[in-house]
Amino acid sequence: MWNFIKPSYKTLRFWQLAVLVVILAVWHGITRDPAVSFFFGEPIKVFQRIWQWFITDADIYTHLGITLLETMLAFAIGTIAGLGFGLWLALSTMAGAILDPYIKAMNSMPRVILAPIFALWFGLGIWSKVALAVTLVFFIVFFNVYQGVKEVSPVVLANARMLGANGRQLLRQVYLPSATSWVFSSLHTSVGLAFVGAVVGEYLGSARGVGYLILQAEGTFDVNTVFAGIIVLTACALFLDLMVGVVEKRLMKWQPRSGETERL
Amino acid sequence: MSTVSSATPTPAAHASVSAPALRFENLTCTFVSREDRSQRYTAVKDTTMSVEAGEFVSVVGPTGCGKSTLLNIAAGLLQPSSGSISVFGKPLEGINTRAGYMFQGDALLPWRNALDNVVAGLEFAGVGRREAVERGEEWLRRVGLGGFGDRFPHQMSGGMRKRTMLAQTLIRDPDIILMDEPFSALDIQTRQLMENEVLELWMAKRKAVLFITHDLDEAIAMSDRVIVLSAGPGTHPIGEFAIDLPRPRDVSEVRMHPRFVELHAAIWGVLREEVLKGYAQQKLVA
Repeated sequence: MWNFIKPSYKTLRFWQLAVLVVILAVWHGITRDPAVSFFFGEPIKVFQRIWQWFITDADIYTHLGITLLETMLAFAIGTIAGLGFGLWLALSTMAGAILDPYIKAMNSMPRVILAPIFALWFGLGIWSKVALAVTLVFFIVFFNVYQGVKEVSPVVLANARMLGANGRQLLRQVYLPSATSWVFSSLHTSVGLAFVGAVVGEYLGSARGVGYLILQAEGTFDVNTVFAGIIVLTACALFLDLMVGVVEKRLMKWQPRSGETERL
Repeated sequence: MSTVSSATPTPAAHASVSAPALRFENLTCTFVSREDRSQRYTAVKDTTMSVEAGEFVSVVGPTGCGKSTLLNIAAGLLQPSSGSISVFGKPLEGINTRAGYMFQGDALLPWRNALDNVVAGLEFAGVGRREAVERGEEWLRRVGLGGFGDRFPHQMSGGMRKRTMLAQTLIRDPDIILMDEPFSALDIQTRQLMENEVLELWMAKRKAVLFITHDLDEAIAMSDRVIVLSAGPGTHPIGEFAIDLPRPRDVSEVRMHPRFVELHAAIWGVLREEVLKGYAQQKLVA
C-alpha cells in the first residue's frame, strides 16, 4: 500500500490534493469554536457562499466581470505601453539617459497611494482602477523590455546588420523577439499585479467589483464572504496566469527547454 | 622561397589592374576604456594589406592579437582610429554591403529556424517569400542540411549551426567573404569536411575571402596567400607567403604534400616567436 502512494512524480497530484484536504480539515476542526470562527470563517460556509454567488443567487457575475475587465484592460494597456517605452528608451540612448532618474523615482514611489488621486481624476468608475493597475504592470514590463533590449547578443545584432537589416528590420526581427522572452517572464508577475491593482482600487472606493464585495462583507464582519472573495480572485488570477503560459508556449517555441529527449 | 617583408608587405604576386576587393592603408585601431580615458589599448597599428578580387587570403597570428579587429573594420562594424579602408577602390562608409561575414560565435537568430535564418538576408533585401524559400532550401541542401530547415538553432549541433551560418552568409552572394575562425569550435572530422565544402563553394564562385584563423594548417591548406601578424599590442603584418599548392585541394590530403611541409616550416619559423611573445605578455598581465 505504502509503495503505491509513496511520494513520487506519478503520485504528485495525489499529494498536492492531500495537502489541500489537510488544510481544509484543520481549518474546519479549529473553527468548531465560535470564538475562532468569528476571525477565521468556516470552510463549509465559505463554499456555501461561493455556491450562492455562482449558482443559486448567481449575483457575482457582474462584479466579477467588472473586476476582470479592469484587470484585462490594465494588463493590455500596461504591457503595450511598457513594451513601447522600453524599446524607445533602450534604443535611444540619450532619451534613456535623460529620463533615467525619473523612471527610477516613479518605480520606487509607493504607487498604491496614487489610488485616491486616480479616483479624483478618473472618477469612481472602472478607469481609476485601470489606471492604478496600469502603474503596477507598466514598470515591470518596462524594466524587463529595457533589460531585454540591452542584453541582445552583440554577435547576433552584428550578424543581422551584416545581412543587410535596416533600422526597422533590426527592431522587428532582432530587438523585439529578443525582448519578448524577457517580457513573458514579466507577464506572469504582472498579470497578478494587474489583479492587485484592480481589487485595491475597488477596495478604496467603488460601487461594483469583487473588491467592493469584500469591502461590504468586512463592514458587516462577514469573514466567510471575505474568504470566499479571496478564493474566487485567486482562482481567476491562476487562470489568467495559465493563459499567459499557453501563449508563451506557443510564441517561445524557439527557446531551448531542458529534457527534450524521449526515453524509449 | 617566400619573402618575409617587414613593415610594408609586397603586393600580391598576381596583382591585377582592377582595384583590390579590400585594401587597408596604414590602419591603426586604439580602444579606450570608457571608465578610464587614460587606459588605452592599440590592437592594430600601421597595417597595410589588401585582398584581390577572387583571392583567398588567410591571416594567422597569436591569440588576442587583433585579428577579429581587422575583420570588424573590414565589415564596417568598427571605425579605425586612423588610416583608410577601401572596397573595390571606393572608401568604405558604414556597413560593408558587399561583404558577407561569418562570425566566430553563435550568430544565428535563435528565434528563427534554420530555413528562416538562411533566408534572413534575402528577406531584409525585400526578396519575395516564395523565391526566398526556394533559394533557401537549395542552399540548405548545398550545405548538407536538406530536410533540417525547421530546426531551431538550439536543436542543432555545432557543425549544423556552422553550416547554417555558411548558407546564411553565402546566399546573399557577397563579393567579399569575411570569416572569423569559423571552424575553431568544431571537432577535427567535421572541420575538415566543412573546410573542403568551403573550398568547393569558393572554387565555383571565386569570391575574395579574408579568412582569420589561429590554425596554420588550415590557413595553408585553404589559401592563396597567408599573412602572419605580430603579437599584440600594436599588431601589424610581419610576413606574407604565397601558397603555390595546386588546386583543387583536399585539406586532409594536401597536408602530405612536400611543398606544404616546406611552407609550414617557413611560416612557423616567423609565427613561433610571435606566439611565444604573445603568450609571455598574457602571462605578464595575469
